[in-house]
Order: sequence, then C-alpha cells, then structure tokens
Amino acid sequence: MSNTIIKTENLTKTYKVGEIEVPALKDVNIEIKKGEFVAIMGASGSGKSTLMNLLGCLDLPTSGNYFLDGRNTSNMSKNEYADIRNQKIGFVFQGFNLLPRTTALENTELPLMYDRMNKNNDHRKKALEALERVGLADRVHHIPSQLSGGQQQRVAIARSLVNEPAIILADEPTGNLDSKTSVEVFNIFQNLNEEGITIIMVTHERDFASFAKRIIEMRDGKVIKDLVINNRLNAAEEMKRINVEYEIED
Amino acid sequence: MQAKIILKVAVKSIMKSRMRSLLTALGIIIGVAAVVVMVAVGDGAQLQVENQIASLGSNLIIITPGTSTTGGVRGGAGSFNRFTFDDVDKIKNECLLINGVSPLVRSGGQIIGGIGNWFTQVQGVSPDYLEIRAWDLQSGEFFSDRDVMARSKVCVLGSEVVKNLFPNDDPIGQQIRIRNVPFKVIGVLKEKGQTAVGTSNDDVILAPSKTVLDRLSGGRFISSIQVSAVSADKIPEAIVELKSIMRESHKLSPGEEDDFTIRDQADLSEAATETSRILTILLASVAGVSLIVGGIGIMNIMLVSVTERTREIGIRLSVGARASDILIQFLTEAIVLSLSGGAIGVLLSFFIAYLLNNYTSQSAFIKPEVIMIAFGFAGAIGVFFGFYPARKAAALNPIDALRYE
Repeated sequence: MSNTIIKTENLTKTYKVGEIEVPALKDVNIEIKKGEFVAIMGASGSGKSTLMNLLGCLDLPTSGNYFLDGRNTSNMSKNEYADIRNQKIGFVFQGFNLLPRTTALENTELPLMYDRMNKNNDHRKKALEALERVGLADRVHHIPSQLSGGQQQRVAIARSLVNEPAIILADEPTGNLDSKTSVEVFNIFQNLNEEGITIIMVTHERDFASFAKRIIEMRDGKVIKDLVINNRLNAAEEMKRINVEYEIED
Repeated sequence: MQAKIILKVAVKSIMKSRMRSLLTALGIIIGVAAVVVMVAVGDGAQLQVENQIASLGSNLIIITPGTSTTGGVRGGAGSFNRFTFDDVDKIKNECLLINGVSPLVRSGGQIIGGIGNWFTQVQGVSPDYLEIRAWDLQSGEFFSDRDVMARSKVCVLGSEVVKNLFPNDDPIGQQIRIRNVPFKVIGVLKEKGQTAVGTSNDDVILAPSKTVLDRLSGGRFISSIQVSAVSADKIPEAIVELKSIMRESHKLSPGEEDDFTIRDQADLSEAATETSRILTILLASVAGVSLIVGGIGIMNIMLVSVTERTREIGIRLSVGARASDILIQFLTEAIVLSLSGGAIGVLLSFFIAYLLNNYTSQSAFIKPEVIMIAFGFAGAIGVFFGFYPARKAAALNPIDALRYE
C-alpha cells in the first residue's frame, strides 16, 4: 500500500438552487500523501469549502470517487460516514463550533462519546492529554465564553486530536483570530504535522498558506495550481519575531 | 454510546435551561397530579360507599312484613304484620346458614335523664343484633338473652344520645326514663357515623326486644327480623332457606303468596359501587386530556429546542455522531422530562390527597396501580411526543446543521 491517504477522481459537486444547477466543484483530481500539510487557497466561491466538506465526509459528491486511506467512500452508508468522521478525521472550524456552556474538557471528550471502537475507555484522561498538547492544561474547566478566541480554537484543535485521527481538516482556522494568535495556532498545527498527522487547511491569506508544505489553489471549482512551498515559514520563529516586535513597540 | 452517558447528556442539557424545562414539565406535572388525584377522589368515594354499606352490617338480610289486601285495597309494605318472636326462634333453631338473628321492635319517644331530655328512637333487639349490625360497644356491656326473657328494663345508648343527655358524666349505671318507663343504662355504643342517606346511626337506644314490645310499643308483632348470613356468597342460599322457614312458620299453603319480603344488601352496594366507578372514569378521562395537552407542550418545546440547537447537532454529527445517536439523545431528553414531570406530579398528588383527607370532608385514596399507570402514561407521552422532534433532529444534514445561524 502506498502512503497516499487522500485521492479523488473527477470529484464533482453540483448544488441545486430551485431549478438552476450551480456547479461548485468540477472534476477535481488531487492526491495527498500521509504527513503532508496542505493549504487550499482560493477566492470565495472557488469551491474550496465544498472540497473540504467532501474530504471530511460531511457531504456526498454528485459524481466522482473519493478514496480515503485506500477505501472508496462513494458507496458508504450514512453510518459509515459518521464512523469515518469519528475515527479518521478531526475538524477545526473558523467559528470554533464548541458547545456553549460546556467546559473545555467536556467539549474535548465529545468525539470519544461516539467512538464505537472504544479504543480508550478513559475519556477524561484522553481529553486532558489532548488539551495538554495544545497548551490548555490550566483551562480545562472553563466554558467557551470564559476563553479567548485563540484559546477556544485550541480547545477545538484538542477536540479534533482526541480520537487520534489520521487527518485534521481546518476550514479557515484563523479567520476569526488576530495575527499573533493565528501564528500560535499555526505553531500547533506545525507541531502536530511533525508528529505525523496529515493537515489540510483552507485559507485565503497567502501569508498563512506559507506555513504549509504545499498549496492547492482553486478557481471556479477547479484546481488551477498545485505547488510545493519552497520558502516555508516556521511558526515558532515567527512567534519569536512577533514577540520582539511587540517589545520594541513597548 | 452507553446508556449512562446518554442519560447524563440528556440530564445535562435539561439542566442547562432549568426554567424552560420546568415549565415544559409543568404540563405533565399537572396532568399526572390531576389524573392521580381524580382517580384517588373517585376511589375514596367508592371506599366511603363500601364502608357505609359494610356499616349496615356484614352479610345482612332483612325480613320485613308483607302487604295486606282487604277488599281489593292493597296496603303498603308492612301493612300485614304477623311477625312474632316464634318466627325469630324458629329461624334461630332451624336455619343453618346464618350467624345470628334478631328481632327489631321499633319504638321511640321523649327520653328524660342526665342533663335534660331528648327525642329519639328505641330499638328492641336481641344480643345477636350487635354482630349482625357490625357494631361495637364503647363501654359497659350489652344485655343478655336472660335480660330479653326477663324483660329487664336495661338499655344501651348510642353516642349521639350520650352527647345530648350525658355530655360530661359517665352514663353507665344511670337511670333514664323512656316515655316515663325507667331504664338503667348498662352500656354505650361506639360511634358509627352517618348512614348512606345522611342521618346519624348513633341517635338510637337499644333495649331488650321483649321489654320494648311489652313496655313501650305495645301490641304483639315485631317490626322486622334481621339476620346475618355465614358469608356473603351464602346469602342467596340463606334467603331460600329463610323463605321456606318463614312460609312454614306462617303456615302458608303452597299456592299462597308470601306475607313477608326478604332483602339483602347486594343490590344497594352494586348500584352504589357502579355509580362511583363511572364517576372515577369520567374524572380520570378529563384529567387524562390535560396529560395529553402536557405532552403536546413537550413536543412544542422539543421542536423549538431542535431548531435552537441545530448547531449543536451539527457539531455532534461532525465529530462522528450517527443519526441514531442524535435521535436517541433527543428522545431521551423528552422521556427524562416527562418522567421527572410524572414523578413530581405523583408527589404533588400525594400532597393534594393529604390536604383533601385532612382538611376537607372529601377523602382521596391513592392506589399503587394508579401511580404506576399515570407514571407509565407520562413515559409513553414522552416517547410519543418526543419522537417527531427527535427524528427531525436526526434527519439533519451535517453541513446544513453546522452552517445554521
């Protein structure tokens, strides 16, 4: 078996708005290997979020095939889709999507609740470990409204990590965050990527895309560019630089 | 997902909006309390009727004189009275299916004694009468067969008479005069309460039958004969036996009509029980309607809740919840809501029953099976009215749910 984790064949998605058919994705063919860090870029309406939803098994393609970890997902049932979301994929959203009035710990435990494989029975311990990995060990009993945006996104990352997924899908993960906090989030992503997790993120800021290893650019539902990043940014170094700038300002 | 976790999640989300949950459950609380209290009041009324009928005496059979026809004019019940003590003795000696028999000689008049005077009825009876009428003595003793034979001037007072003539003293051993005939009080009856028609059972004086007949009422005949059968199911056989004894005693030839009537309590108690049963069903159905309205309230709130928590559903779906997980979660919430409403309703009904029993004349009697039924009904309502909103939640598409604002 190759180390390809994601492969799409002529992946097409068409939305129906009344009588009119709106194509969102046209014959997309991509291949992503294990351990990659891919940034999907494009203007709004370019189909990048649609692609993300299909890759995340949140939505079904109109036609084409999607192979995840060697398995064709086209003929799977809704329950199998749910299990893939639970076992293989971790989501990080722009709006964090945490359960309100629920502690960071309980939010992080959520995927374990639906884990039918029961890989681990000690939900609490697992969730604490995940929160520790994103540096929130001291905030586990806070509810989202008591946390800053960056902290909330880190809880969301912990939640995406907790069931040890192969892939993390991040849809504009820093869209609601300031640049300093964004770099902190990218630092976490880069660290996780170093540990072997495949990361695919959607962003429309070219600066942030440079934290990835590869950029896929889309327009009008098609892939128009697919290139490897040569001058990759290191988030840890960026953080140091930003801190120095702040000190100078002070 | 384990049942424990499902339950925990349901309780948690109910507790997150306490006020709304309470108001939602209120429909079920009131519904269950209404059903339980209504049935309890019905059962209480039925119990009261049964007690009243039992207080008439256990397995009581009453033989009353028949009617007379003189020159084509028929007299009313009791117009032809030929009952004598011989009839009573014959029944006592020959009838096998009875526990006791007593004549009843009715009299009455002004009683003087104690602190003043009082008008009441005097019943001349035999010692068996106490058992036949399921009556007990409060104090003193009852007269014996010898007192009856000797026509002793002794009597036993009902509690109402004691209240009116001897409010402060012990009446036992005291002398009273019934229509100027002096009697010695030897006992006091226990209070029995009201009769089925609302008159007092306790406004009475009991005295030996022969004394009353000779000294007070005069004449030769007794008013009626009271018999108690050995058991309730032997009453029909006892009636047949009594009938042949009475016919023989009155020397009636085969073609002749009975000159007496024999009645038992069965008709009376059946009719009364049936009436209160119908009342119970009626009350319970009215209350049942309020329970269903409560269920609709739960459905309403659950539907609102599904819409309001669309995002939450989206999040759960995105981390791997199956549609069935979402269905079970919302269904569990509805059931937990309705069952806890049911539990509070049952507690409330106990409280209302307590108030009714202690502060009103109405009695409420809560049967355990009524609680089980009301509780089960509340659970069924949770399932029934919770299913539609839960299915609606489970049918959501993950993407649409996540994007919902």
